Amino acid sequence: MMKGLKKWRLFSLLAVMMVFLSGCGEDYLSTLKPSGEVGKQQLNLLLLTTVIMTLVVVVVSVIYLLAFVKYRRSRVGENVIPKQVEGSHTLEVIWTVIPIILLLIIAVPVVTTTYKFADVAAMDEVDEEGNKTALTINVTAKLYWWEFEYPNQGIVTAQELVVPTGEKVYFNLKAADVKHSFWIPAVGGKMDTNVENLNKFYLVFDKESKDLKDGVFYGKCAELCGPSHALMDFKVKTLSPDAFDAWVDAMKATEGQTADKASTDLGEATFANSCLGCHAISGSGAGGTPGPNLTTFGDRNRVAGFLEHNEESLKAWIKNPEEFKPGNLMMNAEGTAPIYGNLSDEEIEALATYIMGLSVEK
Amino acid sequence: MSSYTQKKGFGATVWDYITTVDHKKLAVMYLLAGTLFFAIAGFEALLMRIQLMKPNNDFVSAGFFNELLTMHGTTMLFLAATPLLFAFMNMLVPLQIGARDVAFPFLNSLGFWLFFLGAVFLHLSFFMGGAPDAGWTSYASLSLYSPGHGIDFYVLGLQISGAGTLISGLNFIVTIITMRAPGMTFMRMPLFTWTSLVSSALILFAFPPLTIGLLMMLFDRMFGGNFFDHTMGGNTVIWEHLFWIFGHPEVYILVLPAFGLFSEIIPAFSRKRLFGYSSMVFATILIGFLGFMVWAHHMFTTGLGPTANAIFAVATMAIAVPTGMKVFNWILTIWGGSIKVTTPMLYALGFIPSFVAGGVTGVMQASAPLDYQLHDSYFIVAHFHYVIVGGIVTALFGSAHFYWPIFFNRMLNETLGKITFWIFFIGFHLTFFVQHFLGLMGMPRRVFTYMEGQGWDQFNYISTIGALMMGVGVILMVINCLMSIKGKPAGRDPWGDGRTLEWSIPQPIPFYNFRQTPLVRGLDPWWIEKQEGNKEVTFAEPLGDIHMPNNSAIPFVISLGMFIAAFGALYNPDADKPWSIYILIIGLAITFGAMIFRSVKDDHGFHLHKEDIIEIEEQLYGKGGNK
Repeated sequence: MMKGLKKWRLFSLLAVMMVFLSGCGEDYLSTLKPSGEVGKQQLNLLLLTTVIMTLVVVVVSVIYLLAFVKYRRSRVGENVIPKQVEGSHTLEVIWTVIPIILLLIIAVPVVTTTYKFADVAAMDEVDEEGNKTALTINVTAKLYWWEFEYPNQGIVTAQELVVPTGEKVYFNLKAADVKHSFWIPAVGGKMDTNVENLNKFYLVFDKESKDLKDGVFYGKCAELCGPSHALMDFKVKTLSPDAFDAWVDAMKATEGQTADKASTDLGEATFANSCLGCHAISGSGAGGTPGPNLTTFGDRNRVAGFLEHNEESLKAWIKNPEEFKPGNLMMNAEGTAPIYGNLSDEEIEALATYIMGLSVEK
Repeated sequence: MSSYTQKKGFGATVWDYITTVDHKKLAVMYLLAGTLFFAIAGFEALLMRIQLMKPNNDFVSAGFFNELLTMHGTTMLFLAATPLLFAFMNMLVPLQIGARDVAFPFLNSLGFWLFFLGAVFLHLSFFMGGAPDAGWTSYASLSLYSPGHGIDFYVLGLQISGAGTLISGLNFIVTIITMRAPGMTFMRMPLFTWTSLVSSALILFAFPPLTIGLLMMLFDRMFGGNFFDHTMGGNTVIWEHLFWIFGHPEVYILVLPAFGLFSEIIPAFSRKRLFGYSSMVFATILIGFLGFMVWAHHMFTTGLGPTANAIFAVATMAIAVPTGMKVFNWILTIWGGSIKVTTPMLYALGFIPSFVAGGVTGVMQASAPLDYQLHDSYFIVAHFHYVIVGGIVTALFGSAHFYWPIFFNRMLNETLGKITFWIFFIGFHLTFFVQHFLGLMGMPRRVFTYMEGQGWDQFNYISTIGALMMGVGVILMVINCLMSIKGKPAGRDPWGDGRTLEWSIPQPIPFYNFRQTPLVRGLDPWWIEKQEGNKEVTFAEPLGDIHMPNNSAIPFVISLGMFIAAFGALYNPDADKPWSIYILIIGLAITFGAMIFRSVKDDHGFHLHKEDIIEIEEQLYGKGGNK
């Protein structure tokens, strides 16, 4: 009876906290509105710890306020000399044991989930034909953009991660220059991208992103990585498994796609002359290009991760990328001019139209 | 032989302060220097908060913002909180244990000058080509990548400053172990002395890893040492370990003395001895010990693997137990007491709920899988500011009011003090409470700007308003301090409720502290004497000659040599500055020359004779005395 009552209390407290906390934040960004198994378990832990910890704060505050109200000198009298109590072993034992019990309640789920989240054994499982069964994505963090390579599919993209819903997606994380940290708040906790080793973890994406405000989840870089750390955003598009397969096929079909220097389209010719050295426009193959792969640029949500996705932003960006993302590698060593030289307004205009036209979805 | 009390000109006073080895003067110097850097770092924080007041703000540039956040963190921890606590430790520890000075007065002075010149060196970076910009943790891949000399300033400045801290820490350990008055057993020591001892022991063990880390970083930047350069087989995670093996205990180095200060204030204004004294001592030692076992909780997302994460998660949570013991002991000290709400007590009362709130979010972050979401988000920023501002800064402000009469023989204004408290306290909660939610809503820390419409705009605005209020509070506090110059002398035991030895000394405190070494007859010796109706503490010896150390300029010269050498080391990697090597040699020559001079020249100090003491006390407390 008592036990049931206590459970009921905890449950209602949890429910109240849930309503209170989930009032905060946006679906596509908040850790309080998770869209995936990992994020949901983390939210559960958050709720559990918040309830226990709020309880502690409340109990301490009540005792303390009570003491304060009862024993003010103005109340007990100016000349009262209180009894000089040494201490109480019973009390001291009580407030040692209670925290230990509370911590044990937290520690058990903490240890089990720690091991659960770190279980990436499925990355190496293969089916009868020797193909990997799990979807693995190699994430490389660079100054200041993200590269996403799908080794089993043989495709690569940048800045916008595309994943299927309803299955565990495994990640190999690495940084190319300085340390970054890969974080999709609304889907699950982060993992650092170190320069010297691969970090592995998995996430699950439950919800298709097309109904969200921008049609994408927001991803962030969580580790200080230089002046443009704050601008190192990426986006996550989640598709139904069928739509994802279609996207993979469309990416594969871009194999060998390239820009022609002799093209009559000024944009394409300029791209071939000035940009192709760093930016690939074929989504087929492996990563490792100096600049982000631009195959899907027209399908994306933002220019450079945070500017509005239109030709105006793109033109301004091409003209002076340093102004928007200080310290990015599109500039010469002094940061004074873009490494592709100064383009004429006409060229930039054409270039922007051309890059915006790069798409696999339309 | 009455030259000790002669009036001096300005130049002589400056010279006196440069050469002094008196722990009380050094305490005042720590207080002033710490306040200076506290103000600088607070100003940096305000600039950052103004930048983040609205989305897409361009008040400061991205690069400068990173310099601000690096210098704010570095300055607050190394150059503001540490010296301010050292000010209290320097002033109070010898007085609380009934000593005439610290064990090594010369080293005490050396510690101050190393800290101060190291701090000045670090701050010169703003005017000499850019401050460090890789965060106060200065994680290796970014700090190696960072162009310019910012990181070199960080490495060299902290190295010099850290040496000063280490020296002072050693000094306190020896002082407390060897210089206690007769009867002052370990289990009768005031809790502030206890926490100073444990905190100094932490310094002894925590600063060497930092020194090594900084030295490796220096080698990497100056000579291509490749300890951390992964392209040459180095490993950046090593830096993270070295930094946090230092960095986590550093938190306790700061917060334990803060606990100690509250353990003095709360009994005094409750008129009751500290509840559970022995368990408080035990908890202090336990926290100090556990502080070393938990550094990897700063690295849950680094990828150490589930076993390391699980072990460090549980170990971290364990710290909540001794900390909880302390909190309940404080509350039970109040319980059944007679609480007088003075300004210091107000800070202590504000501290309890604020610090508990900061502590419980610590347990939340210790839950490793949950930390994957919280780490490097604004939730962390909220957490550690609750601990550092709610714990350490309130301790410093409260104790400044409490101990002002010991420092300067003046009282701070109580009304203004209470107004300051409320403005600062409300501003503090306004600033940092909402940041918990910003973190949960996906805002990473250390961002110089953010897009609008991510749901963060309002909370950031509120946070900035709070920060401005905190700024106003600090300004009021400084005004209060300046106003006290004109105040009346406070005299002995001005609060009337002093319990420990420092309150038993007549004001102003003579440079030899105790005319005769006191005899300690129990916990809270001054309280015991007052209860028995005594006007003085019982003495352990008859009035006799006192041996005191001589002043010396050598600590300043040693530190100055290091300061000069640092410029040589800083510019050494630049091909166009061949003279830098000579600067390095000259600086080191000055340092080692001064050390050798000190070694070969005997300095036995001097004896203060009985008649001198009587004459000095006549001048201090006799007719026309008590200035």
